[in-house]
Amino acid sequence: MSKIWKLDNDIDTDIILPTEYLAFETVQEMKPYAFSPLRPDLAGQIKPGDMIVAGNNFGCGSSREQAPEVVKALGISCIVAKSFARIFFRNAINNGLLLIEQPDLYDEVNEGDEAEVIPGKEIIVNGKHYPIANLPDNLTEILEAGGLVKAMRKRNGLD
Amino acid sequence: MGMTMAEKIIACAAGKESCRAGDIETVTLDRLMSNDGTTHLTIDMYNNLKNPHIKDVNKLVWIIDHNIPSDSPKTAASHKKMRDFAREHGITFYEGEGVCHQVMMENHVRPGELIFGADSHTCAYGALGAFGTGVGCTDYLYAMVTGTSWLLVPETIRFNLIGNLKPGVYARDVILTIIGKISANGANYKAMEFAGDGLKNLSVADRIAICNLCVEAGAKTALMEVDDVAMAYLKEHGREPKALFKSDDDAVFSQVFDIDLGEIEPIVAKPHFVDNVVPVKECEGTKIDEAFLGSCNNGRIEDLRVGAAVIKGKHVAEKVRFLVVPASREVYQQALKEGLLDIFMDAGAMVMNPNCSVCWGACQGVIGEGETLISTGTRNFKGRAGHKDSFVYLASAATVTASAIKGYITSAEVL
Amino acid sequence: MGHTLIEKIIGNKVGHEVKPGDIVTVDVDWCMIDDIMVPFAVQKFQEMGFKKVAKPDSVVLIYDHFLPATQVDDTRHFRVGDEFAEKYGIKNVHRTDGICHQLMTEAGYVKPGDIAFGTDSHTTTYGCVGAFSTGIGYTEMAGILGTGQLWIKVPETIKVEIDGTLPGNVTSKDIILTIIGDLTASGATYQAIEFTGSTVDAMSVASRMTMSNMSVEAGAKCGVFAPDEKTCDYCKIPYDDKIKNLRSDNDASYSRILRYRAEDFKPVCACPSLVDNIKPVSELKGTKVDQVFLGSCTNGRLEDLRAAATILKGKHVAEFVKLIVTPASRKVYREALADGTLEILSKAGAIITTPGCGLCCGRGGGILTDDEVVVATNNRNFLGRMGTSKVKIYLASPVTAAATAIAGEIKEG
Repeated sequence: MSKIWKLDNDIDTDIILPTEYLAFETVQEMKPYAFSPLRPDLAGQIKPGDMIVAGNNFGCGSSREQAPEVVKALGISCIVAKSFARIFFRNAINNGLLLIEQPDLYDEVNEGDEAEVIPGKEIIVNGKHYPIANLPDNLTEILEAGGLVKAMRKRNGLD
Repeated sequence: MGMTMAEKIIACAAGKESCRAGDIETVTLDRLMSNDGTTHLTIDMYNNLKNPHIKDVNKLVWIIDHNIPSDSPKTAASHKKMRDFAREHGITFYEGEGVCHQVMMENHVRPGELIFGADSHTCAYGALGAFGTGVGCTDYLYAMVTGTSWLLVPETIRFNLIGNLKPGVYARDVILTIIGKISANGANYKAMEFAGDGLKNLSVADRIAICNLCVEAGAKTALMEVDDVAMAYLKEHGREPKALFKSDDDAVFSQVFDIDLGEIEPIVAKPHFVDNVVPVKECEGTKIDEAFLGSCNNGRIEDLRVGAAVIKGKHVAEKVRFLVVPASREVYQQALKEGLLDIFMDAGAMVMNPNCSVCWGACQGVIGEGETLISTGTRNFKGRAGHKDSFVYLASAATVTASAIKGYITSAEVL
Repeated sequence: MGHTLIEKIIGNKVGHEVKPGDIVTVDVDWCMIDDIMVPFAVQKFQEMGFKKVAKPDSVVLIYDHFLPATQVDDTRHFRVGDEFAEKYGIKNVHRTDGICHQLMTEAGYVKPGDIAFGTDSHTTTYGCVGAFSTGIGYTEMAGILGTGQLWIKVPETIKVEIDGTLPGNVTSKDIILTIIGDLTASGATYQAIEFTGSTVDAMSVASRMTMSNMSVEAGAKCGVFAPDEKTCDYCKIPYDDKIKNLRSDNDASYSRILRYRAEDFKPVCACPSLVDNIKPVSELKGTKVDQVFLGSCTNGRLEDLRAAATILKGKHVAEFVKLIVTPASRKVYREALADGTLEILSKAGAIITTPGCGLCCGRGGGILTDDEVVVATNNRNFLGRMGTSKVKIYLASPVTAAATAIAGEIKEG
């Protein structure tokens, strides 16, 4: 079971990680500042295995890949949103962060609810079952490889 | 017994006929300059006073120059505090108009004045025969509230300038040579006074560069006799002197040096002290990452002309960042008119808005770990321009520009 | 069945017809990596185990976000970039020349029909010359560096037709802001936007850049204009049959068509803190401002500076208000020096900075604090983008920005 943190529509990449912190050498250093313009305490509250539920257009804005990297580093297991901005979507998959589009969940759950995610099938919250779709094959391959870096290492005969 | 120029200015400000080095005098200040380095702290202290008031608001000049444009919310908050206070109290206020000392020289400083500035390089005003000295914000606040302060009358070291500079040698080389000679604390608590026939050969820009750096020898102030050159500058900027003072022939100086300008060579101050001076050729070949032409010391039109003449038709070295920062809006517009800005931009330099830039090390063009900067700024202390493990060399506009072209320290003559 | 411009660009590249939804792997003509992302891309490239960069001449490194550097670790990014360029034979490095998206077309890299990717979301800008270009993360960029290729999903196209003559105080910035308001910030997600019509035909390439640049703010993958003679002049290439063919067929199909009359556009602002929160400037009249920012890859070009100078000539920025002008590139700066624009702006009280991303990327160039209001010509007004989350950012055209700077409150030009 994953605890739900609920965020709004149009959560942009400047909220997920402000420009001020982009040049830190490691994602670990960036972690405390995730979501800081909107909810300065959130990064400290998230526990590994938690999930984020959001509205439309999650991750809109810049192409900064630090955004999905920092979310993953916080231990977020997946993000369920009504829709995702496309660069964020690609970046998340390339980092092995699971994103799920689901039209109804956001309107019916509350922060703090517990959810069970069965990839490719459904999400169960408060006893209700929300169906979810499969990713396209090429993305599933990247996810299954554990991200694009690992996929490329394999291609280059390293792993 | 005669009086020095410093004694005369202080006596005048104290409303007395005379005073002597070593006396402590209560003086009425003519002008009080403060910039965004510390003004927010002064305001905090002011607001904590029981009965806060300003003695004479017309004497206050506040200038945002250190971090402009602002680089962080913290800076922006301190600027806002300063701007709101200035607006509320009707304080003369400049933001983004240039480096404070240059703005003061262009708009406010008058010969014979006694000026406190909440910035150490306030001693620059001696170029126009004014006694300028740097103070902390507590002293500043006291003067702001009472209009007065106390001052220990300084002894004076006199420098008689003789002759003329050789081509390729600049005022910056003169003052670095002097600082090297008397050391970084050689003039502690003292006034450094410049006079002699050689002074006539120096422009006001040269004089500002010399007076400005006197604090790096520990001086309380720097003073120069006001002559036709200084009077012409004043007239051009629409001001009259408060009073014209010069040291009496029988004034007592703690030391007297004769400086033959013709013997000065191009000089570099090596990391991490201003008095660590050597001839440029001893540093020849030291690789640089950044070069800086600007600051209250060397950001005037005369300095930009020197740099532009060196770089015209040439190009900044591939990996070097060459920051060119006019000292004020007036300088920027004059350089624009003369085509100098385009010469710099064509050559690959970065022309920036008038501000303190990397001389202050906190806003624009800071250098990273292990990097080396050659600069016309005022200080080369460890970490002054950015990372704590970085290196700053100080030199003239010509040397800085030549080094920017080559990518290593060299003099303009070598080019 | 005909093809859209984007389908043709991708089809030409892969050598067969494509339709929306197809997933294809394309050879990449240009990779743009900006200074923020250089160390991360390099690290991923190394982790992936590549021995060489597939096409070094297709790679362009541009240092712009950290210029002038405001933090002591910033210059590390330049060093990492320089070392990478040296090691792998990358010759195209711009260290102090201006904003990446301005340089990619201005310096002669991206041409009509090219496919370009950049580590910055506003890579959509190059659609102004009829190229397919979009932003990606540094991991994908590392993959392209090694392979020279990337997979893409052929997007559907939203067609935007604008006909007629714009009112005098309306610029292409007002058009794209209005369109984003109509589409919403996610209305074009995964899709291409193609701009057509007589109004668009009459526009300069610079004006088109503004619209391509901001297409991403509606979520679009790219925002394109069919190349015309003006495009070819700008790109210094002949206007030949190959170029002429780079336009949508009459029977191409679109996911959506939006039609506008140019005469109906008004000066607008994107209000805090969403790019699609669009209101007419007339409704915001009187809103006090602390600062105005003219610059960025959206509106830092010569025509933008000139538009502001026309309004500011002989006037002065309001007391206690700052006008910060950041030309988009060294070339723009020099042109604005040469034609007197910078002199007019300086005399009007503008603070003219060195070319770079400046305030837009939030690391310098005029950062603000709580309760301050800024009118800015750039592309984003997100919470905390230019300082604290209590800063209010209004996005506007250079014309509105200049008029606002003089008045000290939001005002139509």
